[in-house]
Amino acid sequence: MKDKNYRKATLVLEDGMSFSGWSFGYEAATSGEIVFNTAMTGYPESLTDPSYCGQIIVLTYPSIGNYGVPAKTMEDGMYRFFESDRIHASGLIIADYSEKFNHWNAQQSLGDWLIAEKVPGLFGIDTRMLTKIIREKGTMLAKIIFDDDISLNDPSLLNLVDQVSIKEKIVYGTGRNKIMLVDCGVKSNIIRYLLRYDTTVVRVPWNYDYSQEEYDGLFISNGPGDPVQCMTAVNHLQQSIQGNHPIFGICLGHQLLSLATGAETYKLKFGHRSHNQPVLEVGTNKAWLTSQNHGYAVKTESIPDGWLPYFVNLNDQSNEGIKHVKKPFFSTQFHPEASSGPTDTAFLFTHFINAIEAWKK
Amino acid sequence: MEKITKVLVLGSGALKIGEAGEFDYSGSQALKALKEEGITTVLINPNIATVQTSEDIADIIYYLPVTPFFVEKIIQKEQPEGVLLAFGGQTALNCGIALHQDGIFEKYGLKVLGTPVQAIIETEDREKFAQLLASINIKTPRSVAVTTVADALNAGLEIGFPIIVRAAFTLGGQGSGFCNNLDELKNLAEKAFSYADQVLVEESLKGWKEVEYEVVRDCYDNVITVCNMENFDPLGIHTGESIVVAPSQTLTNSEYHKLRKISIEIVKRVGIIGECNVQYALDPYSEDYRVIEVNARLSRSSALASKATGYPLAFVAAKLALGFGLHELKNSVTKTTTAFFEPALDYMVCKIPRWDLNKFQGVSREIGSSMKSVGEIMAIGRSFEEVIQKGLRMIGVGMHGFAANKEIEVGDIELALSNPTDTRIFVIEQAFRQGYTVEEIHQKTKIDRWFLDKLMRIHETSVELESYHSLETLPDLLLLQAKQQGFSDFQIARLVLSDTDYGRNDQIQVSLRNWRKQRGIIPYVKQIDTLAAEHPAVTNYLYMTYHGSEHDIDFEADDRSVIVLGSGAYRIGSSVEFDWSGVNALKTIDKAGFRSVMINYNPETVSTDYDSSSRLYFEELSLERVLDIVELEQPFGTIVSTGGQIPNNLAIRLYNQGVKLLGTSALSIDQAENRHKFSAMLDKIGVDQPAWKELSSVEDIVKFTEEVGFPVLVRPSYVLSGAAMNIVSNISELRHFLELATKVSKQHPVVVSKFLTDAKEIEMDAVADKGEIIVYAISEHIEFAGVHSGDATIMFPPQKVYVETLRRIKKISREIALELQISGPFNIQFLAKDNDVKVIECNLRASRSLPFVSKVLKTNFIDYATRIMLGQKVEKPGKTLFDIDYIGVKASQFSFSRLSKADPVLGVDMASTGEVGCIGDDYYEAILKAMLSVGYKIPKKNILISSGPMRSKTELLQSAVMLVERGYNLFATRGTYQFFEENGIPSTMVHWPDVPESPNAFDLLRERKIDMVINIPRNLTESELQNDYTIRRAAVDFNIPLITNARLASAFIYAFTRYTLDDLSIKSWGEY
Repeated sequence: MKDKNYRKATLVLEDGMSFSGWSFGYEAATSGEIVFNTAMTGYPESLTDPSYCGQIIVLTYPSIGNYGVPAKTMEDGMYRFFESDRIHASGLIIADYSEKFNHWNAQQSLGDWLIAEKVPGLFGIDTRMLTKIIREKGTMLAKIIFDDDISLNDPSLLNLVDQVSIKEKIVYGTGRNKIMLVDCGVKSNIIRYLLRYDTTVVRVPWNYDYSQEEYDGLFISNGPGDPVQCMTAVNHLQQSIQGNHPIFGICLGHQLLSLATGAETYKLKFGHRSHNQPVLEVGTNKAWLTSQNHGYAVKTESIPDGWLPYFVNLNDQSNEGIKHVKKPFFSTQFHPEASSGPTDTAFLFTHFINAIEAWKK
Repeated sequence: MEKITKVLVLGSGALKIGEAGEFDYSGSQALKALKEEGITTVLINPNIATVQTSEDIADIIYYLPVTPFFVEKIIQKEQPEGVLLAFGGQTALNCGIALHQDGIFEKYGLKVLGTPVQAIIETEDREKFAQLLASINIKTPRSVAVTTVADALNAGLEIGFPIIVRAAFTLGGQGSGFCNNLDELKNLAEKAFSYADQVLVEESLKGWKEVEYEVVRDCYDNVITVCNMENFDPLGIHTGESIVVAPSQTLTNSEYHKLRKISIEIVKRVGIIGECNVQYALDPYSEDYRVIEVNARLSRSSALASKATGYPLAFVAAKLALGFGLHELKNSVTKTTTAFFEPALDYMVCKIPRWDLNKFQGVSREIGSSMKSVGEIMAIGRSFEEVIQKGLRMIGVGMHGFAANKEIEVGDIELALSNPTDTRIFVIEQAFRQGYTVEEIHQKTKIDRWFLDKLMRIHETSVELESYHSLETLPDLLLLQAKQQGFSDFQIARLVLSDTDYGRNDQIQVSLRNWRKQRGIIPYVKQIDTLAAEHPAVTNYLYMTYHGSEHDIDFEADDRSVIVLGSGAYRIGSSVEFDWSGVNALKTIDKAGFRSVMINYNPETVSTDYDSSSRLYFEELSLERVLDIVELEQPFGTIVSTGGQIPNNLAIRLYNQGVKLLGTSALSIDQAENRHKFSAMLDKIGVDQPAWKELSSVEDIVKFTEEVGFPVLVRPSYVLSGAAMNIVSNISELRHFLELATKVSKQHPVVVSKFLTDAKEIEMDAVADKGEIIVYAISEHIEFAGVHSGDATIMFPPQKVYVETLRRIKKISREIALELQISGPFNIQFLAKDNDVKVIECNLRASRSLPFVSKVLKTNFIDYATRIMLGQKVEKPGKTLFDIDYIGVKASQFSFSRLSKADPVLGVDMASTGEVGCIGDDYYEAILKAMLSVGYKIPKKNILISSGPMRSKTELLQSAVMLVERGYNLFATRGTYQFFEENGIPSTMVHWPDVPESPNAFDLLRERKIDMVINIPRNLTESELQNDYTIRRAAVDFNIPLITNARLASAFIYAFTRYTLDDLSIKSWGEY
């Protein structure tokens, strides 16, 4: 029986509702913004995605932990099977935990990993019920408590990007095209994708002033929280869009580029966090499935002249990307680098590199 | 998009192993999708019991064979502009390819909608397809064809061991096997070359994971994968024979999306427009993979994927064939989002096949690369433990889940683990109990340890439950854990209260139920909404789980819900006909202003479509679960008479728990089901029946046979489709059979009845209202009694029955209806000899033949029955069977070719897997159409006859004369030859297979010199002489039409000597 192996713990929502579950992770109270993700695979990737910083993730797929957690194998200066060097989420809520796992690439169980990374996790909770509450009432604060209560912390008051961004410049690869990558909490797979082309990736802190540096293309990464917390980066971008270097932004990077153009952002009721967000390329019949993880979005009607909506979400018609009418600037709200999720839009990296090649000529 | 106004849809014909009810689902959805666009639909499908061949689904329906000949005739007549080939399984696809290759579509300017035929042909040719995939760097299993042992050894070295050797073009896998080194390969190759001139050396993927993707593409090149599925059983077992889960459970994100991406590349390269299934082998120790199969059409897996996700695959595929883009279509479940998305599941499903191998003599129970199962179930829940235990109950083989079952007999447990049979999962449980570890079982079975660990958890819980001996001491937490792991109340009661008499009644499980409810441990109702609750959805597609804290829906308790119990897994004896009945009941309920609620768990059905009922519970048809639903729904009433035997058996149990049943009282149902009570009733109202007795000792049975004489029919009570019953002709057979029969039905005594030879079997299908018959249909079997009614060929209206007999049958039926106060459908089977009429069986529910007679008479019996059950007043229709001037014939489809080694002979136990019903202007036309529809062909020249006992020799005499007159060559085995000789019929004598002389029957068959085989078994029971068996089996294996009943053979011969194919009228149902 569960009470022999697991300790009881409670999830408490901002509105006072509470759920009793069993702890299978680190046994310490935590607090954060509670969000749900409907992906059916990819918990190691999601947990290490810096965009989840400050959030308690609810996974709607009920059986989690099945294939364990891979080893921390290094490749190109990054952990091969993770999206960063640690778990960024504040907590994990699931329905049923597979304490026994099996996979050739697994090194430890999900529970052991959570304990090692000091992240609490609860199972035995009706995650569908919880998801419906978040859907109806919107994203809210929550906490996981054991014996003693703690207060709720609002991560949106913090500059999360500053927490997850690197502090010093790192250079990856030695290729022909030099990419200036502004790290707002970049996922490793973005760097892996860029390195597949003949590139040198220069990863710099989110507030780094790269205007005096030499580079061929500018990339603005994904990251956690409210984009208006990153006005330093927006200011740098306002300079960049006066120039002609190709620019590509993903997720938070898309929001920052949009803010730089003068467009506005807003907070979604409960965000998009899944592997099955359908987007349509505006003005075409081309549609793709995308991986997404964001709580804020760009107001389509605020996109200024000279810029066009690039993609639109087929579920709720929200903006999924912008592009400049003439210059090689574009960005997407979704994640072409996937990991986790569908890889259908990976061609956008090729577009970016082609734009760089064209610009260099 | 050019405007198309009339479209031809090819159906899949009779249900057979490998091609079953899933195509009724896909065809029905396609027809609905076309109808929504204002397109006139023309459907060809002789499967008269299907939902798709009902008047409100297709506009014009032809009950004719799905063969190029008939399809061309229909094209000529109907002049459609487009044709759909992808919705009728391999039958429709093969027919479509043949028509394309003959230039028929071009000739009539017919546009193939959806995936182009050329693309389909590319996927069907294994070698060409492997080359095509290689051209886009996609891997398929390496395979080299060789003609010498030396080449085989080279190929082995090139591919690398282990490898598999296959002799080309042999039957039943002769000369095939695995080898791990050169020596083994040398031995096996030598052996293989003794069977065939060509041998295939292939890399072995034994033990690899098997994973499938369902992919959809539109004409704008937009692609989605609706679902992936993972086989519990590793590669080597056909996916139709495997336990399958969706979504995949053991794949990482990287593996999931790698295979997904390859699926998309394949589908784009092939140019699919619509639906496609891609099957993979995935290395359990790396991300290496092989594409093992691609189906460029709707398949069994796509039906499963559709039910597993709520995504209406067939409906969408039909729209895409018309030129729509995925993003232009609405998600019919959420109604707010588009069809361009991939469902996110917040539950999991488990499919388990249902086998009926015990219905066949001599069949091998091992499962492998070819399909033998006859149906399947899908269980939904929120943990693997929950779905596997639910699922193992749903297949209806007498098991209560994974644990707490009756002991199954396993000889060598290690052998049973490594050589999978239909019961392997239960062997795993036995192995756990004997102390085998997960690792040991993994080594034997190659089943992924994750699945085995989950099964181990169930086993451990069962052990923990056994350590408690009363409800009062049982911890709530353990009880909840057991329920979350899918334990039924019955299982828990058996484990905890193991010393009580749990089997005889429901009292024990109900006491556990009440205790559990007091403790607040109850299941919750959850919706399947395709988006894991991300957006609100208007869906009534439901399941129940113990992993929950709230219901997704509100219950009205307004007394307007009417629950219909479905038919469960398709099996021999219960098939698509009960789906038709259920779906029609739902329709009438909705029309009458009630809320229709369906409970069923068969993914191959139309009744489990999201749009067939107001509310669908994809749930167990068990006492426990039906009570759960009844308590929540508080229905106006529950209908148990349209879903076949499963709901029928639940009737009295539900009644005892206070559930309000609509229609005939449960007590009457019990009176008809219980042979003893029924017989007493017949005696009381003065209706004759064959002499019988319910006996419980062998001595008593022997004494009874001395009184009435042989042959006798021996059977247990409460049977489904004649399981375990048999006709015995002498005392030694009797003793032999009793050992088997009493073993399978310990709780029920054996019933022995006098068997009448050469008696006609006649069926009455009717609907009554408070004992008064409102509509009825009488039909007649072509075969004499002794062939199970589910296997018999049936004509309606009856053609060769005395008017006096009909009159007496009507009278008896009226008396029975009145006595049992029937309100709803019922069926009575009669024996008639001369004018002597006896009742042999009575079922107070819809019968197998109900859709057939309803459609031939054009009177929907279920609609009448349902209105009566809802309490409406109905008028008798003006029309009876005496008013129609055409004939319907229902013929049975057998699947012996799939069941290697099974003896293809008919008896009192049902063996057919499906049926067709065709209409003709006269009897011979109808029977010819029906026989052609179940795969018979008009023979060209040579017919081999072994005519069996004297009375069948006589029966066949006139037919033989007619064959000779038509210029057929008759080949006859010795006794038949002599009989023909004596009667002046010229024939060629052939030797029995075991006589090494020429001409030999087996050689003629193998050389395919025979066009039809008539082989009448010598008697109905004794293990057949090897020679007769060899001839019958060879006919099946070499795909030569075989008839084993003299009456049916005669009828078929009369028909094809009278009519040619061109004489047959091409008339739609509406034209009769």
